[in-house]
Amino acid sequence: MKKLIAAFTLALSLGTLAYAAEPAKAPADTGASAAVAAPAASPTAPAVAAPSAAPAAKAAAPAPLKKEIKANRAITIGMFAVIVGITMCVVVWAAKKTKTAADFYAAGGGITGTQNGWAIAGDYMSAASFLGISGMISLYGYDGFMYSVGWLVAYITVLLIVAEPCRNAGKYTLGDILSFRTEPKPVRAVAAISTVAVTTFYLTAQMVGAGKLMALLVGIPYKTAIIGVGVLMVGYVVFGGMTATTWVQIIKAGLLMSGAFLLSVLVMAKAGFNPIGFFSDIVNNPNIQDHVSKMVLRDGITMSGVDAGQRFLEPALFMKAPLDQISLGMALVLGTAGMPHILMRFFTVPTAQAARKSVIIAMWIIGLFYVLTTLLGFGAAIHVTPQGISAIDKGGNMATLLLAQQLGADIAPVVGDIFLAFLCSVAFATILAVVSGLVLAASAAIAHDIYVNVIKDGHADQHEQVMAARITSLCVGAVGIVIGITAEKQNVAHLVALAFAVAASGNLPVVVMSLFWRKFNTAGVIAGLVVGTIAAIGLVMVSPNMTYPKVVAAGAQKVITALEAKQATLPPGATLDANDLKALEKAKVDYEKNKDGTSIMGLDKPILKLKNPGIFSIPLGFLAAIIATLAFPSRRSEEMFDEIYVRQNTGIGMAKAIDH
Amino acid sequence: MAERQYDWAAIAKNPKFVELHHKKSAFLFGWWIFSTVYYFLLPIGAAYAPGLFKVKVIGVINFGYIFALSQFFVSWGLAHYYAHVANKDFDRLTRELVDELK
Repeated sequence: MKKLIAAFTLALSLGTLAYAAEPAKAPADTGASAAVAAPAASPTAPAVAAPSAAPAAKAAAPAPLKKEIKANRAITIGMFAVIVGITMCVVVWAAKKTKTAADFYAAGGGITGTQNGWAIAGDYMSAASFLGISGMISLYGYDGFMYSVGWLVAYITVLLIVAEPCRNAGKYTLGDILSFRTEPKPVRAVAAISTVAVTTFYLTAQMVGAGKLMALLVGIPYKTAIIGVGVLMVGYVVFGGMTATTWVQIIKAGLLMSGAFLLSVLVMAKAGFNPIGFFSDIVNNPNIQDHVSKMVLRDGITMSGVDAGQRFLEPALFMKAPLDQISLGMALVLGTAGMPHILMRFFTVPTAQAARKSVIIAMWIIGLFYVLTTLLGFGAAIHVTPQGISAIDKGGNMATLLLAQQLGADIAPVVGDIFLAFLCSVAFATILAVVSGLVLAASAAIAHDIYVNVIKDGHADQHEQVMAARITSLCVGAVGIVIGITAEKQNVAHLVALAFAVAASGNLPVVVMSLFWRKFNTAGVIAGLVVGTIAAIGLVMVSPNMTYPKVVAAGAQKVITALEAKQATLPPGATLDANDLKALEKAKVDYEKNKDGTSIMGLDKPILKLKNPGIFSIPLGFLAAIIATLAFPSRRSEEMFDEIYVRQNTGIGMAKAIDH
Repeated sequence: MAERQYDWAAIAKNPKFVELHHKKSAFLFGWWIFSTVYYFLLPIGAAYAPGLFKVKVIGVINFGYIFALSQFFVSWGLAHYYAHVANKDFDRLTRELVDELK
């Protein structure tokens, strides 16, 4: 029966791909994908696309440069099919092993430390890390590298503070840890809502990014891409639960690392395997020098030659608001440890030692990946040139792919196609692995916390629990697909940063205090989760991430004034050239459309100057939890502290968590 | 399934557990604070001490680059140091405690 269903899903998804492969609307195709190229700048590089705000990017839309990126369809679709085929075999195998709730949510605790380490890396590194960060390095140099550091350092918090205690004290979800010594029902309900909020933000950004990426790379229509990815992700989770998700993540991490390693070797080979020479190449590259001198000119600084090249290796070409960077850093360092899909990974290993080992392995994989990303980013800047990269995509998201195509083509044209196709399938696998992990985390919160423990009071047999989990995953996946389709035109760039901010402000404070503070109780958990989550979301709602029509109108007004002034200086009878006229026309339309508008919150301009709310919302989350705890003390919670504290430190009594 | 009942309060007062708790807390929070401070020196330094970040150290490679790269090595180093201490001290104390309770 299960086999049948899995086979059906396989057929369905292959069908979707095959349908996509049909060169249906070939002529409309190129135009359509070029049009998404500019807005796509942001979704795949969430939290990154700061200065190139959406309207500006649109105005400067696709440059008519001849250079373009189009993967060879036959090879790419072939590789996609191989990935889908392999993962489907994994699903069929995993489905047979998934009989109990523990199997579904935690792979029966049977994942080893090494496997879990690879899976954590696979779960964590999204397409934004893979394509966005190398793109950022290729366009802004040092700042891109600096940005990547926080994503690794975040794992120190995971390692030292949450991994082992969660393994020892938890079962399947965040709600399990938080409800240990509190009123289970309200706490589980609030924890589930917060989990669903975090995963929805993250999932939306991933789905929209996935759709745009696939449309851009293989010319699959946006909707088809979303539905294809959605069907696969639902298939993995519904049939294979945590076991299948884990293996999809392991396969993805393996593909990602081999892709990055292979390309890095090629980049270093070009520099004669001499790192110092490699950096001199950057500084002495005339294209990079030209690119940097144009960038600093916007700040009124003239710089050229080697000085400009050297500037590429110095900070602040991109990150010009230090407070925002620090705020983002806080969200990363504390948020990763509060991410439900990451926490959930620690319930899959049998012991605290395995949890420890898995974080260390994940840190090596993630860290090495970011170090290699530097080589890819700088390599793309040298060999593809920043001008060529930004001509294809303003945000630089295509840098790695262009580099692969070019370095491969230097060997032989067909090798370029194969490399590009391989990296496209790595991106595809990356998306699948991340979204599956998110769907599983959200489903666990709804099925295990809300359905089994709140609605059914914990009285549900294994069969019913697994059934509930499967139905929930199906619903969550369906909702994910619908959101992905409806959010196509939305600016989702800030959603990943928002997900981390909510996890850091809502989840992390209450997890830490549950594990380490004797007095902590129900009131504290609820206040911390609610205030932290609302503060993070609320601050983003009034931040520059939202669209402010009056600000847009003011920008359009400036363009109008400038162009009219230009016209006035022209000799009588002469008119502006076609591009300028078009820009003037567009600015006038924009001005009229936006001059009386307000943001979603009814604001004329952002109240908060920061894009990342962490620096305010994280302390608020902690404060709310502390104040509520002290205001409504609970003796029971205090008495039970010894139990959770002994358990989390020693793992005594943990067998219960596994057999249950 | 039958499950063994533990007297958690008694275990919490067991000298072995108290020792474990003290050693672990000092190590975990101390090193967590160290790594966090070290990390935030990067964005803060890049913003407020750009001159220092520009100093060339090896060829054209500057201090900023080496500092950012050092973050990776410090993180890896700390992870392994923690694993070493945990395997040697924390796990041993835990094992002794569990044996004592049998």
